[in-house]
Amino acid sequence: MTIATATTDLMLEATGISKTYGAVVALKSASLAVRPGEVHALMGANGAGKSTLVKILTGAVHPDAGRIVVRGRERTVHSPAEARRGGLVSVYQDPSLIPDLDIRANLRLTETPLEPFRHWLAEFGLADLDLSSRARRLPLASLRIIDLARALAIEPDVLMLDEMTAALPANLTERVLEIVGNMRGGDRSVVFISHRMSEIGSVCDRATVLREGETVGVVDVTAGSEERIVDLMLGQIVDQAIPQAKREERRTTNGERPRLAVQGLGLDAKLYDVSFDVHPGEVLGVVALEGQGQDELFEILAGSRRPSGGQIFVDGTGVSFHHPADAIRVGVVYVGADRAQALLMQRSVRENIAVPFTAHLGRWGLIDLTRERRIVDEAVRRLQIDARAGNEVRRLSGGNQQKVTIARWVAGGVRTMLCFDPTRGIDIRTKQQIYVLLRELAEAGAAVLLYTSELKEVQLVCDRAIVIFGGRVVAEVDRADADEATLLRAAYHLQSGAALPEQLAASAAEMATGGPTTGTTEERVVSA
Amino acid sequence: MSAAVTERSGTTAITWRTTLRERPIIPLIGLLALLVVAIDVADPGIVTPSWAGVIVRASIPLAILAGCQTLTMLTGGIDLSVASVASMAGFVTATLIHSPGGVAEGIVVVLIAAALVGLINGVGIGVFKVHPLITTLGMSFVVDGLANVWQLQMVQTGAGVPHVLRVLGSGTIGDVIPYSLVVFVPLAAVIMIGLRRTGYGRLLYAIGDNPVAARLSGVRSWQVLILLYVISALMAAIAGLLVSGLSNTASVTLVDTSLLPSVAAAVIGGTSIFGGRGGFGGTMVGALILTVLTALITVLGLPEPTNQVLFGSIIVIVAAAYTRVTAES
Repeated sequence: MTIATATTDLMLEATGISKTYGAVVALKSASLAVRPGEVHALMGANGAGKSTLVKILTGAVHPDAGRIVVRGRERTVHSPAEARRGGLVSVYQDPSLIPDLDIRANLRLTETPLEPFRHWLAEFGLADLDLSSRARRLPLASLRIIDLARALAIEPDVLMLDEMTAALPANLTERVLEIVGNMRGGDRSVVFISHRMSEIGSVCDRATVLREGETVGVVDVTAGSEERIVDLMLGQIVDQAIPQAKREERRTTNGERPRLAVQGLGLDAKLYDVSFDVHPGEVLGVVALEGQGQDELFEILAGSRRPSGGQIFVDGTGVSFHHPADAIRVGVVYVGADRAQALLMQRSVRENIAVPFTAHLGRWGLIDLTRERRIVDEAVRRLQIDARAGNEVRRLSGGNQQKVTIARWVAGGVRTMLCFDPTRGIDIRTKQQIYVLLRELAEAGAAVLLYTSELKEVQLVCDRAIVIFGGRVVAEVDRADADEATLLRAAYHLQSGAALPEQLAASAAEMATGGPTTGTTEERVVSA
Repeated sequence: MSAAVTERSGTTAITWRTTLRERPIIPLIGLLALLVVAIDVADPGIVTPSWAGVIVRASIPLAILAGCQTLTMLTGGIDLSVASVASMAGFVTATLIHSPGGVAEGIVVVLIAAALVGLINGVGIGVFKVHPLITTLGMSFVVDGLANVWQLQMVQTGAGVPHVLRVLGSGTIGDVIPYSLVVFVPLAAVIMIGLRRTGYGRLLYAIGDNPVAARLSGVRSWQVLILLYVISALMAAIAGLLVSGLSNTASVTLVDTSLLPSVAAAVIGGTSIFGGRGGFGGTMVGALILTVLTALITVLGLPEPTNQVLFGSIIVIVAAAYTRVTAES
């Protein structure tokens, strides 16, 4: 364990941390200073580098540069186990228990003392948990609590909670916040990451804000500091000289039948009563912080997952997708962010684009190669794919790979396209080409649903946007109003309408416990 | 030494890699030629047109079985039931030689039986998602067992390899060109065209390369896989008929020793066991290489187990070589 030498009064100090993945800069110059007895929020929009910084602090990722000082002593952390021994423990978004081991064996792996662990379990109301049950058999919420209890039992100097509360029902969330709050003023510290401003407001002392891999400010959390934090996250909205995609004012959609209509869509603990329409000729944006249910929404619409409730209509006809092929048959096609998932990496550009043509059993026979070449070439030209290394798609650049996944559907003619963060991790020029393409598709009568983690894309590409928070559609924003600040506030659920957070808390409590809970945490925010 | 030398060797290595990756068949043919030269050195004068005919004739059943492995391996699978199906096919046809329908009846019966085995394999793998290794291994035991039951039933009836199969399996034109090419050439043509020019062939590669991407593109892989394992079993049955004709033997274990060589030929031929990469051209050369290698061992007078050691070593070495050259640097 660490010997406190008290050369500084900071518990944890990280300075000048940088990390690049290939051409992608995850962290440019991040710093974080945490005082003893402090609950310190780490904030930033999607992709600002929060998770990378936490992973570096806990040794899961090695920084390219930077200095980490814990209790006055410089540390080079090579592995999570080493970080743990050095007093840094994190609880990540996903449970980190080995599913096929029982809880006791999992504890042994991390050298967790059993008695404190039981104590913390009892604190969370899980005293009767059977330690010999396998992790696989426990509900997600219990696993999160076990993770946290395990971390607390080690008595770390710095406990890092990365979206810890995201998958918890409201009553447990409150218990967690209470316990985290109780740590304030002690001799240990907490680094707290959450998308929920209400939680930040209720338990955190200070907040460090990251933007594009840099620490841009440290804020004392008080009433009204949410606005300041959001302003910092937005920063000066840098005009990256993206010319507006060509567009015309859309005609009104009144009375027109929507191409895709979603009504009351639900998925256990992920989506609640999601309803919206997408009309032909329209690009509808979806804005959400990470993990608000948008992944599941797109999976359902693409036919990869069954909803637990609600209805989907395509051109006014109710549909039920059992397989992506069902969605494709009615013209609903999906472009994802994960190119490794969508592409045949060892096959050619041509084969990749042509896969959907031969997917159906009736098309298994001889291929009309001339026709195929014509269609593929047309798609390649339209998307300006640089197919020089086209023998194997894995040798293309990320941007070109993404274009191939889009070309696959454009080649066959698009009616309804679901795009899930299609510009993630690709170069600015390709991004712009994709914006232009999406507009062109819409103008040609396609309906496009676009989730994007880059808020500025909404005004560039979308006609309007819906905002999802906690599995619900919480706002609809017209293009004219969809500036980054508005969207980010909406995504954090920080509208001026004070009733909303309460509604949300109440509904979250409902789904979790089946009964009403007190809204103490939320009220502080509302009063702000 | 000098930088120029380093660079030169670097370039050579890249070219070599690229060749092996894009056209694995060229170095393979080189290896085959090398073995032929070796055998001619070991036993001068052995390499003649009729010797070549013998080698080709012996390679054909192996190439067909290796074709089963190639097709299934392209999807990331494998078919370990081919040897059992092949043995069963040869044996059952031989036992049915005196049936009313004669040879034709026997062949129809074994093709139906093989198709059933393939169907069960395909349903297990495509619908119930049981690993191909397990499914086909299990089915190989089932087929072996059933063949033995059949043997006990048919023990009193006279059996023999039908004349037509003997001619087809072992006959030659002018002591050089084997008749079995009549079966093999069209079959090979169908496989190669099928893989390159049909939607179905594309899907085999697609499923092996990335099953998730195939699914997202609308491919229902269970349909592809069921048909695939039926095709594989039918090809295995055809190979079994040729082997029984070639060896003029009907036994429920006749083809068993060809199982691992069939996998080996496909692997040597450049088909990746992980799926998505390979083809039948390399597999045919792979089958020839293994046959010549066996002949070489015989010529050298090495004991039979040496064969196994060499086969095993070659598979591991070649597989390692492919892994190295196909890995993205």
